[in-house]
Amino acid sequence: MLSYALRRSLIVLITLVAASAIVFAVLEIVPGDPARLMLGMNATEDAVQALRQQMGLDQSVAVRYVAWIGGMLTGDFGRSYTYAVPVIDLVRERLVVSLPLAAMALVLSTAIAIPVGVFSAARRGTAADTGVMAATQLGIAIPNFWFAILLVYLFAITLRLVPAGGFPGWQGGVWPALSALILPAIALALPQAAILSRVTRSALLDVLGEDYIRTARAKGLPSGLVLRRHALRNALIPVLTILGLQFSFLLAGTIIIENVFYLPGLGRLVFQAITQRDLIVVESVVVLLVATVVIVNFLVDLAYAWADPRLRRR
Amino acid sequence: MTFTCKSILAGTALAFALTTSALAARTDLTLAIQLEPPHLDPTAGAAGAIDDVTYANIFQGLTRITSNGAVAASLAESWRISDDGLVYTFKLHDGVLFHDGTALDAGDVVFSYDRARAEGSTNAQTALFSAIESVEAVDDLTVKVTLSHPQGSFLYNMGWGDAVIVAPESADTNKEKPIGTGPFKFDSWAKGSAVTLVKNPDYWGEPVALDKAVFRVISDPAAATAALLAGDIQAFPAFPAPEAVIQFENDPRFTVVIGSTEGETILSTNNGKPPFDDVRVRQAIAHALDRQAIIDGAMFGFGTPIGTHFAPHNPAYVELVELYPYDPAKSKELLAEAGYPDGFEATLKLPPPTYARRGGEIIAAQLREVGINLEIIPVEWAQWLDQVFKAKDYDLTIVSHTEPNDIGIYVRDDYYFDYHSDELKQVMAELDVTADEDKRSELLRKAQEIISADAVNGFLFELPKIGIWDAKLQGLWHNMPIQADDLTDAYWAD
Repeated sequence: MLSYALRRSLIVLITLVAASAIVFAVLEIVPGDPARLMLGMNATEDAVQALRQQMGLDQSVAVRYVAWIGGMLTGDFGRSYTYAVPVIDLVRERLVVSLPLAAMALVLSTAIAIPVGVFSAARRGTAADTGVMAATQLGIAIPNFWFAILLVYLFAITLRLVPAGGFPGWQGGVWPALSALILPAIALALPQAAILSRVTRSALLDVLGEDYIRTARAKGLPSGLVLRRHALRNALIPVLTILGLQFSFLLAGTIIIENVFYLPGLGRLVFQAITQRDLIVVESVVVLLVATVVIVNFLVDLAYAWADPRLRRR
Repeated sequence: MTFTCKSILAGTALAFALTTSALAARTDLTLAIQLEPPHLDPTAGAAGAIDDVTYANIFQGLTRITSNGAVAASLAESWRISDDGLVYTFKLHDGVLFHDGTALDAGDVVFSYDRARAEGSTNAQTALFSAIESVEAVDDLTVKVTLSHPQGSFLYNMGWGDAVIVAPESADTNKEKPIGTGPFKFDSWAKGSAVTLVKNPDYWGEPVALDKAVFRVISDPAAATAALLAGDIQAFPAFPAPEAVIQFENDPRFTVVIGSTEGETILSTNNGKPPFDDVRVRQAIAHALDRQAIIDGAMFGFGTPIGTHFAPHNPAYVELVELYPYDPAKSKELLAEAGYPDGFEATLKLPPPTYARRGGEIIAAQLREVGINLEIIPVEWAQWLDQVFKAKDYDLTIVSHTEPNDIGIYVRDDYYFDYHSDELKQVMAELDVTADEDKRSELLRKAQEIISADAVNGFLFELPKIGIWDAKLQGLWHNMPIQADDLTDAYWAD
């Protein structure tokens, strides 16, 4: 088990180094000079050169890469070119929006998906099952930004229950902050819930065909109890895997939703940094996201190995 | 009993408080801007959003540009110009304090101008200061600026956001914590979300009506519409969704003002590259452009057609739209004359703004009518600046030149138009040393005629400023003669 964990951590490390090199190289190749972008069309070449020097862009690629990696290892993520503040501060400011948003969306999608999946599996082949499956198909097909706009028109403009967007910050109280995240969380959660409920349904149907379920039924357990105690617990493993993947996806994949609701989240930060060629921000945030995904996968791998000893030798 | 008495008293007090606050006019404003400023130092960046927040609100210059584009006094109470037009002596207002409590004196002006024009300066508009030979403090409140040659536009130049007066103590930290002399002080900046300004209680001039102004960043056009309708924001001075204007025009809760800007939107042409080096080809393109169709299609009808690189609201503007009217037959004739009877192929690089992306499709269709087949290449701003602007690696592109009075770019030798005209250079050189208004207007008219006749670029339209705000809100700028959201005169009517 220990050697398995060590081998897996080595792979994690290699993945991170490779990802950092690729991200850095890609951003070097992409055309665009951050200094010229900041000073605009009327600036003289001298002024642009002076700014390049100030930002350290006149150094060679190798020097900058080593400085960046070295800094990250010691917890220094560098300073943003455009905002001129430490990248880590920017990320921290954005995480207080993105993390609760992703968490809310995750909780919401799970709360919807699992009951719906169970309901559907228990009524396999009936009109109710067909109806639910059609609804989830629709949920997957509807783009979340379009759904978000509908939510805004109904709840923010017509009913005026919540603001149409923006984020007041946590210092103004928990309720104003949460109410600003409700609509975006719903918009994010719905397509996820649709996917998750289909996964739950099919996982449950697989398990329901197993021998031990037949045995449980044969010894006379009520079908509700069979479903809850024996089937659902076993079916949750693939569901949890999907959930783990969804969290990293939600954290990174909120760019569009954050734009629709003009939330100052991590997705917006990356998007803005790319258009402004704030290379150091893009590089650091992308590597952080890669690290999150890799680490979550690593934990899932470990959990599998714990559950299934055969995997440890692979 | 005591309990009841107290409640009644409290209730009455509360009711009283509520009525009085309902009677007093509102003093806070949340307005939106489309792009977030990268930082808040207008002397170290070109981003218009910096000036949106800071110009005249936080920072002030010796002079300023007013809402109608004229030059007015700001920190300078008065000035004297020597007869040869070389020496400007500015008298500063007495008792002006920076937001950190230090007093403004002539030394701050010397510092600000010397910093902007120093070697290694990162000011985005160093050209504004190019005529300055020296800046001296005569006494605490008197500054003498000596020019190397007379410059008619000097007072105007010093009114730009890039020429505001900063203090040596705070100059290095203005990006994060701007310290100016204006009627509003910087309060806080939630990155990615909003910049908050509060009233400056120690302001040297007329106090402003607003106690607090929040600039929210909303880039998505649909979100902008929703935020106004939901009442989250009370004003969007440069509203980004022309397609949604009609629903606000029909809503009595809102005021819609279509004003003008200094943004000449043009089909920039690489004059140095064949076939565009042939004036007949450029004229052919001019004849093939149906400006109204472009304005209708790309801007939902908002925008004023232009025939040259000049703002139509400027008194010196010359109407040249009809010099090369829409005439595809004439266009084809000119192309045949130039040796392209069957037209040719070229590329059209389009930066992200909607006027460019939407307008590009329409222009490509119009040019196809006369045989010019354009390959559309969408680019990001960073790519555009690198490839088009810096490396001149392009045939045609669409962009709005938003700097005020920027016809001078046509005589820059290494500019991306790659256009060279000795006649224009003479006119502009003369303009630079002319201070007389009538004479200046005449020279400006001549310059407009030259570039229009040469069809340097396809001149399309002047970018509109679509302002939408709460019907009770007064005193916002209708036009945008300079990038600014000046809130000095903004107030809520009862």
